[in-house]
Amino acid sequence: MSADFLSQGLALSIPELILAAGAMVLLMVGVFVPADRANATVTGLAVALLIAALGWMLFIGGRGEAFAGAFVQDGFAVFMKALTLIGSVVALAMSVGFARAEKFDRFEFPVLIVLATLGMLLMVSANSLLTLYMGLELQSLALYVVAAINRDSVRSTEAGLKYFVLGALSSGMMLYGISLIYGFTGHVGFAEIAAALTGGERSIGVLFGLVFLIAGLAFKISAVPFHMWTPDVYEGAPTPVTAFFAAAPKMAAMAMFVRVVMDAFAPVTADWRQIVVFIAIASMLLGAFAAIGQRNIKRLMAYSSIGHMGYALVGLAAGTLVGVKGVMLYMAIYLVMTLGTFAFILAMRRKDEGNVENIDDLAGLSATNPVMATVLTIMMFSLAGIPPLAGFWAKWYVFLAAIEAGLYPLAIIGVLASVVGAYYYLRIIKLMWFDESVGGFLPVAAELRLVMGVSGLFVLGYVLIGGPIAATAEAAARTLF
Amino acid sequence: MYHAIVFLPLIGALVAGLFGRSLGAKASEYITSGLMVVAAILSWIAFLTFSFSDSEAFTVPVMRWIQSGGLDVGWAFRIDTLTVVMLIVVNTVSSLVHIYSIGYMHHDPHRPRFFAYLSLFTFAMLMLVTSDNLVQMFFGWEGVGLASYLLIGFWYKKPSANAAAMKAFIVNRVGDFGFALGIFGVFVLFGSVNLETVFASAAADLTGEGAEGVAQAGNVMNFLGYQLDKAHALTVVCLLLFMGAMGKSAQFLLHTWLPDAMEGPTPVSALIHAATMVTAGVFMVARMSPLFELSPTALTFVTMIGAITAFFAATVGLVQNDIKRVIAYSTCSQLGYMFVALGVGAYGAGIFHLFTHAFFKALLFLGAGSVIHAVSDEQDMRKMGGLRKHIPLTYWMMIIGTLALTGVGIPGTYIGTAGFFSKDAIIESAYVGNNAAAGVAFALLVIAALFTSFYSWRLIFMTFHGKPRASADVMHHVHESPQVMLVPLYILAAGALLAGVLFYGAFTGHAEGEHAGWYNEFWRTALFAGPDNRILEEFHDVPLLVKWSPFIAMAIGLVTAWYFYIRSPQTPRNLAAQHEGLYKFLLNKWYFDELYDFLFVRPAMRLGRFLWKRGDGWLIDGFGPDGVASRVLQTTGRVVKLQSGYLYHYAFAMLIGVAALVTWMILGGAV
Repeated sequence: MSADFLSQGLALSIPELILAAGAMVLLMVGVFVPADRANATVTGLAVALLIAALGWMLFIGGRGEAFAGAFVQDGFAVFMKALTLIGSVVALAMSVGFARAEKFDRFEFPVLIVLATLGMLLMVSANSLLTLYMGLELQSLALYVVAAINRDSVRSTEAGLKYFVLGALSSGMMLYGISLIYGFTGHVGFAEIAAALTGGERSIGVLFGLVFLIAGLAFKISAVPFHMWTPDVYEGAPTPVTAFFAAAPKMAAMAMFVRVVMDAFAPVTADWRQIVVFIAIASMLLGAFAAIGQRNIKRLMAYSSIGHMGYALVGLAAGTLVGVKGVMLYMAIYLVMTLGTFAFILAMRRKDEGNVENIDDLAGLSATNPVMATVLTIMMFSLAGIPPLAGFWAKWYVFLAAIEAGLYPLAIIGVLASVVGAYYYLRIIKLMWFDESVGGFLPVAAELRLVMGVSGLFVLGYVLIGGPIAATAEAAARTLF
Repeated sequence: MYHAIVFLPLIGALVAGLFGRSLGAKASEYITSGLMVVAAILSWIAFLTFSFSDSEAFTVPVMRWIQSGGLDVGWAFRIDTLTVVMLIVVNTVSSLVHIYSIGYMHHDPHRPRFFAYLSLFTFAMLMLVTSDNLVQMFFGWEGVGLASYLLIGFWYKKPSANAAAMKAFIVNRVGDFGFALGIFGVFVLFGSVNLETVFASAAADLTGEGAEGVAQAGNVMNFLGYQLDKAHALTVVCLLLFMGAMGKSAQFLLHTWLPDAMEGPTPVSALIHAATMVTAGVFMVARMSPLFELSPTALTFVTMIGAITAFFAATVGLVQNDIKRVIAYSTCSQLGYMFVALGVGAYGAGIFHLFTHAFFKALLFLGAGSVIHAVSDEQDMRKMGGLRKHIPLTYWMMIIGTLALTGVGIPGTYIGTAGFFSKDAIIESAYVGNNAAAGVAFALLVIAALFTSFYSWRLIFMTFHGKPRASADVMHHVHESPQVMLVPLYILAAGALLAGVLFYGAFTGHAEGEHAGWYNEFWRTALFAGPDNRILEEFHDVPLLVKWSPFIAMAIGLVTAWYFYIRSPQTPRNLAAQHEGLYKFLLNKWYFDELYDFLFVRPAMRLGRFLWKRGDGWLIDGFGPDGVASRVLQTTGRVVKLQSGYLYHYAFAMLIGVAALVTWMILGGAV
């Protein structure tokens, strides 16, 4: 019985095991391969590992609960894990050219990415507060290091340090929240907590714990007011790291957020909805307003991601199947748009200056590099939510869910915030197409071109392929209910 | 043929307007003028074949236009005597003005545009007069308004021309508002805007049920809070329609735009502001005679307004010094005559005056243009004088025009100029007219005739006689106009002399004996007279003195003008000094412009300025786009400042956030 139990659990968690074991092996490989080829080799192997995990999960791995209900592999988990893995793979792949050009070739980087991704997968699959915390810490520790990986850069180390201190603070808050919840319900498993909350008088202590727990979760998705680290880290970290930060961890953290509130705290939906509505509104507004003042495109993308997390939370605030489906689709579309945009940012290379990051450097790009300008224009229009691009549909799903749940003020504020937010996206387009050229960029590396091309096509063609994707998301979301 | 008549000018306008630049001025002139001449010849053929046959009125469908619910409007030409009369008036004058303009506008660099506008105007005017329904008429009505606006402001670099163009357009909006309401009213009452249908149901109301039946039909319309039965509703509709006519035909109270419209090139004044567009109101009332006949109140009002306008404009004309303005006030006055004729039920006489007036007033305007052309674009008569010897042909043409305008002829015979026949017919109709205003109208018209004679001869004497008052330099350059300008004058002069005697009997029904039936044979169903309208019988037996009264008035005017401006040039100055108040009152056009400026323009400007500065600039822009934008920037600035870079600020924000949420939950959760 015990052996069956164990073997069933191991079978379900094979993707995680692949990554855990693979990371150890990669460390060894990195040490023994000659230093000049170490990064490239390890990166390649890491990508292979991640793809193997993805493939196993999608095509071979089973579905179910394991480890006494602490771990769950359901449709929702698979969908969000797939997004997470894709984000990691693409971010890693995009780092190759940058690493070569900027002498940023430490083989620890891909290993840390693999470990972080492992943490993320655990977060997505976490079905109890302890698994959740364990995955979260694994992911966080890896990310702290990754943020500061450019040790010689003051900005990078400063960003890493800030992220670490604030991350520790949020972990502390979360742990405090978990202990309160455990103290008042007597359980750490999500299903048990939900059962304990059902019917019984909801105590103020549980709500207290819930606030602290959500504060920790909001920190991970960089929702206001727990967002303060985001702009500094995005700007300070090397661009491939930023690309990674903007993509994979957001997927996992949002998945965890959704599972916690929808599974464990479903009986007190009315309570957590208030918090989610508040941080959604605050994130949308801050993302819209603060981005206007930015000149650095990575910093701008930081605020953009804060805003987009706000929009995704609009779907969550609905607390319905449509809402969860909206969140999942929003995250998927956001992932593609973000990766496409960061591929572009990585391609902003000049001969003399190396990588440039100011949006003024984009002036007149349509004259010097019309293809790149067109791709970024598509991305910006999509991020601004202009129909019929994917970004419009993302907003459409979540606002629709909010309307159906009767959250009219939230939807209205969201639409207004997206109007304000459209300004800075459109300003980039205006810079590229209507301003005097300040010189073109170097030819774009193949992997970046591929990412830009695929994401551009996805964004353009979403209106055609959106139906099956939405159906898949709906089926996956249904497993939460 | 009718298609050609209406659409040839449009083709000309499109060709000259769209391709004038590449075709060049010469080609544009010849194309538009050529097409107009063809249209004019076709109109005469149409007129002669139609009016002297016994064909019924018919319609020529062009295409369907609007079909929505009960509203069914098509493009169609309604061809009856009234239409063909208007066709020859419009196309004859228009083609002559086109030709004349080739000479007159010789120096202007924008001739293609000018000719395109002229042809466009002609097309719109033809649309108006051929309309088969009120909506199509309104299309033409607005079309001529547009063309008038474009042509008055043709020299758009002149601020006064722009102001005049806007004034004409805006004052006409007032009238057009009434006209549009009138059309709506017709639709409410009759369920159709098709003239045929409207007239048929109007006639049925009158003959079928009788006046009592109409009165008992109950309330059919609510206007400004009044519940109106059918008879009263009809009166309201007629008055609204007439309001449109007042605007277009520059009648008293809505007349102020016409004198200012003289800012446009002189051929424009001749075509639009003398012969055709300003008579659209007269045409419309005549066209709607089946409705107006049912409303004695409306007819009395028409008579009253017409008489006041005739008198008022004539008094103002007495003292004006601008040669074109004198003629403009004269036009205004003559339009008043036409409305009096319509008001007393003598539609034939009204249209007849429209017809003859088109010839002699266009002649006068084009003659004035020739004078202006000769004296280097000077329009002030005080700076003319003694031009007779230098431009003798123009002089004689102007004399003919004046003879026709003042109505020189021998009463009781068939000897006389065009104006003699038509004006006398109107004055006699006014005498026998049986509505309440007819008596007053008769008196005012006779006085106006005296004034007309005075100011017309004053114009001739000041311009052509006496000593030259222009500078020697200008006098040196004075030259007779080229043939291309003079030939249209000859043709119009022929019309001014002969149109009266030729068409008198047919148009007015004054013929006696064997030709007594001419009137009905000529107009057939185009004009409608109610059973109480016996004006045709009655004005055969007016007293002799009435028949002679216009002649006497004309003679007195002529003698006075001669005495004032040839015999004793000091007299007018002394008179003006003695009666300074009256002189100023007339010179300033009864202070209408000042009154309107005070009553409407300035309050409107104040309101506009308030809405602009306070309403739009301060309120909407301030709190709307500008305000939001600056708030956004401000907010952005503040939000960006939040991101101080200090770790403890960040941690503080997180803790504040948690504290706020916890507080919220405790307060909210306790409920």
